[in-house]
Parts: sequence; C-alpha cells; structure tokens
Amino acid sequence: MIDIVLKITLVLLAIAMLGLTYRLVKGPTTPDRVIALDAMGVNLVSIAAILSILLNTSNFLDIILLIGILAFIGTVAFAKFLEKGEIIEYDRDQ
Amino acid sequence: MKTNDVIFQTIAKVVFFMIIFFAVHLFFAGHYHPGGGFVGGLLTSGAIVLLMLAFDMKTIKKGFLIDFKWLISLGLLFSAGTAAGSLIFNVPFFTHAYDYFQLPLFGKTSLHTAMLFDLGVYLVVIGVTMTIIQTIGESE
Repeated sequence: MIDIVLKITLVLLAIAMLGLTYRLVKGPTTPDRVIALDAMGVNLVSIAAILSILLNTSNFLDIILLIGILAFIGTVAFAKFLEKGEIIEYDRDQ
Repeated sequence: MKTNDVIFQTIAKVVFFMIIFFAVHLFFAGHYHPGGGFVGGLLTSGAIVLLMLAFDMKTIKKGFLIDFKWLISLGLLFSAGTAAGSLIFNVPFFTHAYDYFQLPLFGKTSLHTAMLFDLGVYLVVIGVTMTIIQTIGESE
C-alpha cells in the first residue's frame, strides 16, 4: 500500500521536475532560471527522502541536508552575481 | 549605490554555525556512517564561502588568522605522519591501531588512528578549496 503511494509521489515529483525544466529552458529572464534551479534543488531533496523510504535505509538523510545547504549557497551566489556583478568582493566598504 | 544586505548577513551568521556543526558531525561519523574527511572539509569550506559571500574577503582574512596554504601542508603532515608512525612499532607502512577507551563523557568509545589520517584529508581539502577560491576571487 505505502509502496504504491510512494511510487505515485515519485511520478508526481518527476512531473514537477519536468515543469521546472520547462521554466529553466524557456524562462525569459535570468532570475526565472535561478528560481527554477532552486526549486529543482528542493524537489531533489523530496525525491531523495522518498527514495530513502522506498529503499528502507537511513543513509540518504545526510544527502538531504547536504543538497539543502548547497542549493542555498548556490542560489545566494547567483543572486549576488545578478545584483552586484561580482560574487566575492575584496573590500565591500569601498 | 550602497546596498543594505542586513537580512543576508544575519542569516549567514546563523547558518554558518549550522553548516560547521553538520560538517563536524559528518567528519566524526565517517567511520561507521556515510561521511568522512572529504565531505566534511568541502562543507566546512562551503560555510566559509557563505561568509565570504555575505561579507568580503578582507573581513574573512581578518577573522581567520591562518593562511589556508599552511593548512595543506599541515594536513599532508598529519596524513604522512600517521602512515609513517606505524614504522616505529615495527609493523608495515599504513598499519592503523585502535582500541576501546572509557571516556568520562562519551562512555565506551573506539579511538582509531585512521581518524588522524582523516583529519589530514579534512585539512587538505579545506586548504585546497579555500586557496582556489581566494586566488580566483582576488584577481582583478
């Protein structure tokens, strides 16, 4: 029973991933693409969680936190690049 | 135009410690669970990169008083020293020793010299990643 529900959820998440890919390819502006990438990271977290239930292992739980942190850092770096033009500045008080 | 990113800076200050603690957990869990020196080192440098994004390179250099190039040599010294230390006890190169100890706060703990080797990997990964990012970021 729970197996079927989890597999249906995986299919739905894959459909959501396809929609995000459409936004990533089509997106008229760069922020659209960045937000699509961020949402894909969150989707990836859910897929990893569902897979760890399906495979009956707790070894993927570290991966979930890792993807969350990496998606956050990546989105922040992209946002700073769009805002200021450089990602790491040498002296911000200039 | 002077930008005001107080939200990002406050969040970065809090999240920095979360990432560091998660990295330390990954480092120490490496013997029995997924993780280890490589992922821990990468995540630690990710935390420092987050601080670099929120502030600037000058502030980070003032905060971390170590040259990251020294970390590479220190980590290599740890790894090579652990490997060569087994030669003193007349066993083959890279033979690790371990034993169970009764520590006051942790209870029965297994201490392994492979952790010292892992510490070397951890330091080398931090040093290499931060050196690459600093040298790329500094060039005008």
